[in-house]
Amino acid sequence: MRIARISGEKITKEQEQVDVNLLDSLIEKYKDKKGNLIPLLQGTQDIFGYIPREAFEKISSEAGIELSDMYGVVTFYAQFRLNPVGKHIIKVCHGTACHVQNANAITDALKELLKINDGETTEDGMFTLESVACLGCCSLAPVMMIDNDTHGKLTGGQAVKIIKNIKIKESN
Amino acid sequence: MENIKVIVGLGSCGIAAGANKVFEKIKALKEADNLKFELKKTSCIGMCYREPLVEIVDDNGSYLYGDINEKKAAELIEKHILENEPIKSYVVQTDLFETPDKDFIEDQVKITLRNCGYIDPEKIEEYEVRGGYRAIRKIAGQRISRLDVIQTVINSGLRGRGGGGFPTGLKWKFANNNKADEKYIICNADEGDPGAFMDRSVLEGDPHAVLEGMIIGAYAIEATGGVIYCRAEYPLAIKRLNIAIEQARENGYLGKNILGIDGFNFDIYIKEGAGAFVCGEETALIASVEGERGMPRKRPPFPAESGLWQKPTNINNVETLANIPWILLHGSEEYAKYGTEKSKGTKVFALAGKIKRSGLVEVPMGMSIRDVIFKLGGGIQNDKKFKAVQMGGPSGGCIPAYLADTIIDYDSVNATGAIMGSGGMVVMDETTCMIDVAKFFLDFTQKESCGKCTFCRTGTKRMLEILTRITEGKGEESDIEKLEELSYQIKDSSLCGLGQTAPNPVLTTIKYFREEYEAHIRDKKCPAKVCKQLLTYEVDPEKCTGCTVCAKNCPTDAIDGAKKEVHFIRQDDCIKCGTCYTKCKFDAIKIY
Repeated sequence: MRIARISGEKITKEQEQVDVNLLDSLIEKYKDKKGNLIPLLQGTQDIFGYIPREAFEKISSEAGIELSDMYGVVTFYAQFRLNPVGKHIIKVCHGTACHVQNANAITDALKELLKINDGETTEDGMFTLESVACLGCCSLAPVMMIDNDTHGKLTGGQAVKIIKNIKIKESN
Repeated sequence: MENIKVIVGLGSCGIAAGANKVFEKIKALKEADNLKFELKKTSCIGMCYREPLVEIVDDNGSYLYGDINEKKAAELIEKHILENEPIKSYVVQTDLFETPDKDFIEDQVKITLRNCGYIDPEKIEEYEVRGGYRAIRKIAGQRISRLDVIQTVINSGLRGRGGGGFPTGLKWKFANNNKADEKYIICNADEGDPGAFMDRSVLEGDPHAVLEGMIIGAYAIEATGGVIYCRAEYPLAIKRLNIAIEQARENGYLGKNILGIDGFNFDIYIKEGAGAFVCGEETALIASVEGERGMPRKRPPFPAESGLWQKPTNINNVETLANIPWILLHGSEEYAKYGTEKSKGTKVFALAGKIKRSGLVEVPMGMSIRDVIFKLGGGIQNDKKFKAVQMGGPSGGCIPAYLADTIIDYDSVNATGAIMGSGGMVVMDETTCMIDVAKFFLDFTQKESCGKCTFCRTGTKRMLEILTRITEGKGEESDIEKLEELSYQIKDSSLCGLGQTAPNPVLTTIKYFREEYEAHIRDKKCPAKVCKQLLTYEVDPEKCTGCTVCAKNCPTDAIDGAKKEVHFIRQDDCIKCGTCYTKCKFDAIKIY
């Protein structure tokens, strides 16, 4: 069931203060439109990278949507996250084409490098590792997408190299 | 030099392969020397295996160059543009001489993809120059009636390209029959099949064709609103659609009294999907557009009677809609010339997997699977043995090599147990384990099941558990029968297409590769050497140099051996992780 997708990741570090005022214009835009729940949640995630509890409460009270309805929708769709994500999101494609071209090797190599499991974020908050169903670049399989850049025809080693390069850039 | 055009393919695949860098390089060179050629952008032409692609059009004709990087781009400018000497060895397609890629192009008939790779998708003029918006202009100019438009679509024999294969014209007729103050037309661009990317290419390469298809559909069924439900994983497609919608509004193709047709008011907006495969199902898609959990509901009432906001709604797939303007412009007979008796026209396929030339091809219905894979696709990578082709994604099945002469139309493909689906063709060779593939799809459908129907929710999970057990060497004799029984129960007791078809990958692999299941269950062997738990790793004494790399990397210290001596793997401690195999530089680890 879809609900199993939400990682049971525990947040150990102090969560950042969430500035819910950032939501004002979004809520204003969608408040009275029908079918507004998904766009509201998508907009929220664009702002914070995930959907913080405070945002749930604010949207619920200002747009008049039941909290239970919101939670139901958030947990149904793969796109929504309830936990903060790293600065860079690594999406490893596990579509059919990538699977037969050994996408597992990429996920395994990155798990080992970053010392996290699928769906988790590194301790320094730099990377989040996710598996996705299909990025639609099947002819370049196996593929991973980091933020909005797609990398194709990978091996585990190449994937590791790409991440290491980002790490070097970040530390400079 | 003013006549020379340089066109860079900037589809998602091209960009992933580095086309942006190539474009920037050419732009920099052009600006540095103030060169006068025209630099343009286009989208995917389908030759994904040759990306990045750069086309140079000069007075002699067109030269499509493949596998271009920044260095080669500089060479092209130097040789082809400045010295007027095309670099023949880089050319993958031209009408001027034969190229090794000729077979990929020759038998294709491009109707859906007529503009992909030829126009700049962000410029409406380029679409119009190639016949774009002429179909809707013809309808408006000649006052062609709604019913005549529908009849043309019926006569063309066009069937839904999303997978179901329902005749598009009939669907429109039903929606037209239901009168209401508001009606909707929805474009299903939630291409969720893993292994399929033709809708993405159409949306990125020719967004106006989809819009024009929707506008014609809206006219035919008297729709007042249009929605494109596009998956959020396709950011480039969404960007280009937004540009296209804006341009269509500015040019009067969307809005009020469109092209002077009195009372024809229609506009389109984009709804981003949030990642749920089940939303490909019509009623689930509607629930998602309404902002709810995307769960299917019982039909009837069909969306044609009561769909979005309880109004009559017609849903078509991207590829279907892209065909519509062509059919209206060229006539139904012209379209029906292609294809077989019951499956007319052409179909786009996304070739992927262990195939030499992966990419997008559009072929007339009726071509054999063998021709698509071996002629267009160039055969199997590394000349390995062709084992099977997976068609129809998680709802489809695996067609074995001995049925490769099956022709491609809805009925022939259905007869094999697979389905046409949206057009993904994932090719598998002898190194692909069919149980692993079945497990992969079950894992997918099991996660994507919305949870409404018990058999789909729980049954797929139980099936996945059995498959996992088999791949781990814990299979039991009765497992195949259990899988079959569960499959039929899930098919019979699920409400929507997801559940009804979820067992197909398992049923077809049992049907065609039963001996592979038996090898896993009885002999505890994986013939394709994929299922790790069933493999035995051994050191080849002939090849081992005693470099100690395997022993150092073994996570369980299961490898013994001194420096410069042959190593040995203690099977009792081996966890079959495969690390030694990947680390060995001398190919000395053998898998049995």
